[in-house]
Amino acid sequence: MADQKDLMFEQEEDTQKGKYLTFNLGKEDFGIEILYVTEIIGIQPISEVPEVPDYVKGIINLRGRIIPLIDVRLKFKKEAVEYNDRTCIIVIDIDNTSVGLIVDQVAEVLSIEDENIVPPPAYRTGFQNKYIKSIGRVGEEVKLILDCDKLLSDDELEMVEQVGQ
Amino acid sequence: MQNKNLEPMLEMYLFESSQLLEQLEEILLRSEKNDHMEEADINETFRIMHTIKGSAAMMMFSNISNLAHHIEDLFFFIREKKPEQLDFSAVCDLVFTSMDFIRTETLRIESGEEADSPEGLLVERFSKLLEEISGGANAEGSAEKRQQDDKKKSDQKYYVRQDQKPETGETQTEHYYLALIHFDDGAQMENIRAFTLVHSLKDQCNQMMHRPQDLFEDDSSSEVIAEEGFTLLFSTTMEEDRLQTQLQEALFVKSIDLQELDQEAYTMTKEALEQQGQPEEETIQEDEDISDDQQTASQMDTQAGNLESIQETVKNLKQNMITVNINKLDRLMDLVGEIVITESMVIRNPDLAGLQLDSFSKSARQLRKLTDDLQDVVMSIRMLPIGPTFQKMQRIVRDMARKINKEVELVIQGEDTEVDKNIIDHLGDPLMHLIRNAMDHGIEKPTDREQTGKSAKGTITLEASNTGGDVLIRIMDDGKGLDRKTLIDKARSKGLVTKPDEEISDEEAYNLILLPGFSTKDTVTEFSGRGVGMDVVKSNIEKVGGSISIDSTLGIGTTINIKIPLTLAIVDGMQVNTGNSLYTIPTIAIKESFRAREKDLLKDTDNNEMIMIRGNCYPVLRLHRHFGVKPHTENLLEGIMIMVENDGKAVCLFADELLGEQQVVVKPLPGYLVRYPVKTSGVGGCTILGDGSISLIIDVAGIIQQSIQGGL
Repeated sequence: MADQKDLMFEQEEDTQKGKYLTFNLGKEDFGIEILYVTEIIGIQPISEVPEVPDYVKGIINLRGRIIPLIDVRLKFKKEAVEYNDRTCIIVIDIDNTSVGLIVDQVAEVLSIEDENIVPPPAYRTGFQNKYIKSIGRVGEEVKLILDCDKLLSDDELEMVEQVGQ
Repeated sequence: MQNKNLEPMLEMYLFESSQLLEQLEEILLRSEKNDHMEEADINETFRIMHTIKGSAAMMMFSNISNLAHHIEDLFFFIREKKPEQLDFSAVCDLVFTSMDFIRTETLRIESGEEADSPEGLLVERFSKLLEEISGGANAEGSAEKRQQDDKKKSDQKYYVRQDQKPETGETQTEHYYLALIHFDDGAQMENIRAFTLVHSLKDQCNQMMHRPQDLFEDDSSSEVIAEEGFTLLFSTTMEEDRLQTQLQEALFVKSIDLQELDQEAYTMTKEALEQQGQPEEETIQEDEDISDDQQTASQMDTQAGNLESIQETVKNLKQNMITVNINKLDRLMDLVGEIVITESMVIRNPDLAGLQLDSFSKSARQLRKLTDDLQDVVMSIRMLPIGPTFQKMQRIVRDMARKINKEVELVIQGEDTEVDKNIIDHLGDPLMHLIRNAMDHGIEKPTDREQTGKSAKGTITLEASNTGGDVLIRIMDDGKGLDRKTLIDKARSKGLVTKPDEEISDEEAYNLILLPGFSTKDTVTEFSGRGVGMDVVKSNIEKVGGSISIDSTLGIGTTINIKIPLTLAIVDGMQVNTGNSLYTIPTIAIKESFRAREKDLLKDTDNNEMIMIRGNCYPVLRLHRHFGVKPHTENLLEGIMIMVENDGKAVCLFADELLGEQQVVVKPLPGYLVRYPVKTSGVGGCTILGDGSISLIIDVAGIIQQSIQGGL
């Protein structure tokens, strides 16, 4: 019974493996492993929450669930833009924590073969390298694949840094 | 058995044990009060100990099972021999101590520790007690006696269906078999087939047990047999091949898995089967010696069966009850909340505005009625009667009365009053404190009582009643009452009051005992007098949104009133807004709301804003500044002031406007936000309003704390 379940789970994982949801932030294309994505919704009225960093925009009501929103632009220290009807919220779920990512627009779901995925450059020049897990090549284009775990978990570090400053 | 599988089993074990212990405690307290035990109660005690022993042995908690075994022995003796001179209180004392032991061990198991406290001392006391009550007859040494007890114990455990079998020739050797029989798919009426089989074997078997136990009464037995097969455990002198043939001859039998067991394995399996229910078969005398600690490999084989048997026992205990994980109920409650919200989204949908929809309105009303009912039912599921919490106090009263030599009776009223589960969990400790206080400080010594013309026996009344949205719990004692003067003097000596005596109202004086560091008793006892306690009680009660007040008459007694809300999950709140943000302020904390007048507004040298109301000065807290949002108006005269109070401290919150009062379902903030200081900023949670928008619930205590710290 347990084996069967594992098997099913593996199969399910298999079908999702190598698939990425891509979205744009300004000029860059980003990708998220589709495994993490629960749904994509349009921008909604947001309730602000006090005492949070500026990139945590607030909370929304998603069919009775209350979900915090992170503006990925602000998180990556890019300039803020007005939300418009192309702005999307990608709801991701990691270890039972649901978070909405606000992105400029969602592009498509792509399959990227493992051999087309390379690790990010070791030196840290860019602003967002610590959130980039790997880089995927699709034809001529390059997709930056996000490390969702880090995206949600490194805040304590950052807060310590802020206090240090 | 891997650990993963053990978890639900352990959970089941813990649940079952605590239930049984509670049941046992109730029986013993009742019996002790009447000073004798009904036969039914003895049987019940025996049964409970037997189950505890069985399941503890299965879970490998040998100390618990050993102790339970001795209690079982004792009650077996009492049941069988009905000793004339029974030191009943000694028995009860010992059993109570043992129960505490088992309970402590269970708690340790629950918190993931090893349950390995030595039980030897208690066991010894049991042996001694048993020796005493059994008189000289069995006094040849405890080892031998133990063996006899074991024998007695085993005696009663042998059940056989129907008639008692005449002893078959002892010369033939007995074989023990475990047979798992499956009937043909679609054979129908599996219980009847099984019964036929049992009947045909009966004549050749000395002992026989089967699972399911109940072939006829229990309708589900057919299904069980169809799914899991029919388990038959028996001992016979028949040869195996003859047996095989006989079994195969039975109708509709698909497969037989016949296993010969050695004696030990047999006993284990039997115990597992036995626990399934309370068989009412006759006992038959059998000379079997069961070794006591059978934690051998054979046990592992039967663990699966044991799990089922435990579940079965729990089922028997609760008959019409089922146990549901509270998380599921929370989820259900959330869902209902969503449905209510969605309903109003549909019915008040802007697309419908201005349309004449008679049929729609009618259906909508119907829907509303149903969802209201649904909400009520779901709320009521979470409600539990307060009775068990009150019953626990009986034990405390009993133990304490003995220790401090006072005679006290605890009267319980209104135990059917229902309160939300979360609140009940928080009530136990405060109540215990209050009862202890009442016994230690309130009730006088019997001699003193008689001098003042009261009966020697003191009475503490524990009463619960429902008053609309709140539950009122009263703890009344008929003791010496509180002396206003002593209280004030005491408080003054500790620097807790500064007002002159005549300005202190009686109520204020009594409430002094709720202050931290206040203790009216000069000597510290095991139970009370350390001056912590009452303030802890107060803060515990306030934690669940309740309040506490004290009333007393010198020489007549003291009454403590506790008012708690029915539920934590729903709060009466005032909706206010600041800019585009919505906030809910719990109505219970609101003193008043008003528009500020120019002449009442003040500023101190640090530009802190204050407002003067009826001669008192309160700090003004602008919600928009506090929460960093953009308001519609910054003019204090245009917005609204809401005065909130907690713990005697008040501040005026400034918001744009009041939107109205409504009940809201409290939801916690999402887990991701926990890392930020949202909570400490004064947001206690959030809620979803009828139109789907989110409102933050203000934690008044937190926000006042903040504003005071900020002011400093």
